[in-house]
Amino acid sequence: MLVSLFITCYNDTLFPETGKAVVRVLERLGHTVEFRPEQSCCGQMHWNTGYLSEAVPLIRHFVEVFRDAEVICVPSSSCVAMIRDHYRKAALASGDEQFLADVESVTGRVYEFSEFLVNKLGVEDVGAYFPHRVTYHASCHSLRSLQLGEIPFRLLRQVRGLELVELKGLDQCCGFGGTFAIKNADVSSAMLADKVLSVLNTGAEVCTAVDNSCLMHLAGSLHRQRTFTRTAHLAEILASEAI
Amino acid sequence: MHETRVPGWNEPDFPSAAKVLLEESQLRKNVKHATNVIANKRSLVVGELKDWQKLRDAGSRIREHVLENLSAYLLQFEEACTRAGGTVHWARDAEDANRIVVELVRKHAAEEVLKIKSMTTEEIGLNDALESAGIHPHETDLAELIIQLGKDRPSHIVVPALHKNRQQVREIFRREMHLEDLGERPEDLAAAARSYLRERFLRIPVAVSGANFLIAETGGVCVVESEGNGRMCLTLPRVLITVAGIEKVLPRFQDLEVFLQTLPRSATGERMNPYNSVWTGVSPGDGPEEFHVILLDNGRSRILHDEEARQTLKCIRCGACQNACPVYRQTGGHAYGSVYAGPIGAILTPQLHKLEESESLPYASSLCGACYEVCPVKIDIPEVLIHLRGQIVRRQQETGKLEPWNIGMQMAAMALKNGQRLHAAQRLGRIAQAPFVKDSGFIEKLPFMLSGWTQTRDLAPLPAESFREWWAKRPQSPSGPKTERKR
Repeated sequence: MLVSLFITCYNDTLFPETGKAVVRVLERLGHTVEFRPEQSCCGQMHWNTGYLSEAVPLIRHFVEVFRDAEVICVPSSSCVAMIRDHYRKAALASGDEQFLADVESVTGRVYEFSEFLVNKLGVEDVGAYFPHRVTYHASCHSLRSLQLGEIPFRLLRQVRGLELVELKGLDQCCGFGGTFAIKNADVSSAMLADKVLSVLNTGAEVCTAVDNSCLMHLAGSLHRQRTFTRTAHLAEILASEAI
Repeated sequence: MHETRVPGWNEPDFPSAAKVLLEESQLRKNVKHATNVIANKRSLVVGELKDWQKLRDAGSRIREHVLENLSAYLLQFEEACTRAGGTVHWARDAEDANRIVVELVRKHAAEEVLKIKSMTTEEIGLNDALESAGIHPHETDLAELIIQLGKDRPSHIVVPALHKNRQQVREIFRREMHLEDLGERPEDLAAAARSYLRERFLRIPVAVSGANFLIAETGGVCVVESEGNGRMCLTLPRVLITVAGIEKVLPRFQDLEVFLQTLPRSATGERMNPYNSVWTGVSPGDGPEEFHVILLDNGRSRILHDEEARQTLKCIRCGACQNACPVYRQTGGHAYGSVYAGPIGAILTPQLHKLEESESLPYASSLCGACYEVCPVKIDIPEVLIHLRGQIVRRQQETGKLEPWNIGMQMAAMALKNGQRLHAAQRLGRIAQAPFVKDSGFIEKLPFMLSGWTQTRDLAPLPAESFREWWAKRPQSPSGPKTERKR
């Protein structure tokens, strides 16, 4: 299958290792990956902060870039949630029927990385080896918008050497929330403190998730507190192999 | 132990008020404990119902239907209520409603009134209006009594004194009821409140209530509660005055079937409320001899005309969104500086009042979606929050009041316009960040509006190579090396 990668602006700029890991996993499973360099941003940050008219050109650009892609794989559940939950509304508001038709057609071909593996490709064992104690943080969008449920756990349970430990308060937000982390830094930090405590209580070496935004938030505190727990996107764990 | 500081109503903004409250460790402990207990009880009793999602759908559709036909149902209610011996008054705003209540109380020469727990009368500031007219209101709901005696403000829709613990309640009762030897067992506190209230129930001839539901078909009014103090107020006084928002109407008596299942389970985690009162007009020799309903608009018809935000009015005031909200659970209700706190307050308050006076509220959310998940009438609160944020931004842009945020977001939108621009921004970012990267290899202090991040969090710098740069250089990509066009 020819898989078109929407890396997301955030991963592209800050977390290139996640993108490389997605490429490695998909190629290992025998698929061809393409990256369309015209791609940029899904528009989530602008949309969620209230810059609705600024988000529209970004949405149009996304639709333009991926109009003819067979499937679009995205290693970020919040960007997929943006596409699924809000693109239609933006297109409807524009009154542009072609835009709406394009949105409806593209949206159906967009998959979050873990749901792409399990639901679209029907794969749970991707041949990974990762001999570490790992806990999984469910991002709010993966939980409530995409409703990934067991999907990430099914993938993690097939990883050789991996010890999966349960994170208490799985349904609680880490406090990132995009610009919320800055506009409401004090409340965001209080939420983060609770989440980091849960993570540290698991004794995990690595905290993983399907969103690098939450992980950047967690890592910011884990590093500030000089802990030894690190963060890694699910794709990076699934890309690891025994040497 | 010092009293909880309460920020002035409507000021300061949410982040500043929250900052102060986050220092109150006892308050935070109380709020976290109480919201946990209620949220856990809720999820147990909601989990029992196989048709919970269908009940949510039904509740949502009934409320939507009401809002689409609001004027017809209100007129139907007025007619039915009048026929049953009640008197219906229409109040355009808080001032109107308060004036009507004061006039009615004065007509009966009463100097005191009983009050049943009601958020709507909090919204219009009825107690203050009564006091200025020389009439003393007595709150009879246990939690509202605690708030009134403690000269505090409610912090939760359903559990207004949720931010107080037992010891603090004992202190307030001891001081205000002059009970030196009062114990701190729940029984002791309940007994103190009981004898304090009983005397007033028997003496005061006028009561003011809110309403959970108005029933258009019968003209009936419904109040649900846990303590029975409400039932006392609804049955003992000679005169009963109900203040209800115009959105509270339901078409038929039968519709209570849905809401009397979803409301108690969502609100207090009970299968059914201990006291469910429905009364229709007056009945000679039974209950109040005179009954008035004040139908309050106070900004509601304006909300009704905003198609995107109209769903706010579906709310049945269960408070489940507050218990589920990770922001509310940290700060408690006072940070919102409004009668309605939590997620519902963050969308309702800016719409009831002037948006420009509560601009920080729609941003007091990480958009985690927990509120929508638990809402028994399926109000998509995150969607309404984004809609209100959109209005705030648009107004700022139209009035030319451009804040640093606005400029930053415009610049970001330009940088993210396409792949080439994003690539240029990545290269620029790597140069610009250099002075901020410490020996630890991390950024530990950011300037200006970004400084909020580094208050408690480090930031990894931009890596030397972005994904797109790696991809462009990739020698043996199975799909062939790609380079950016138009570079």
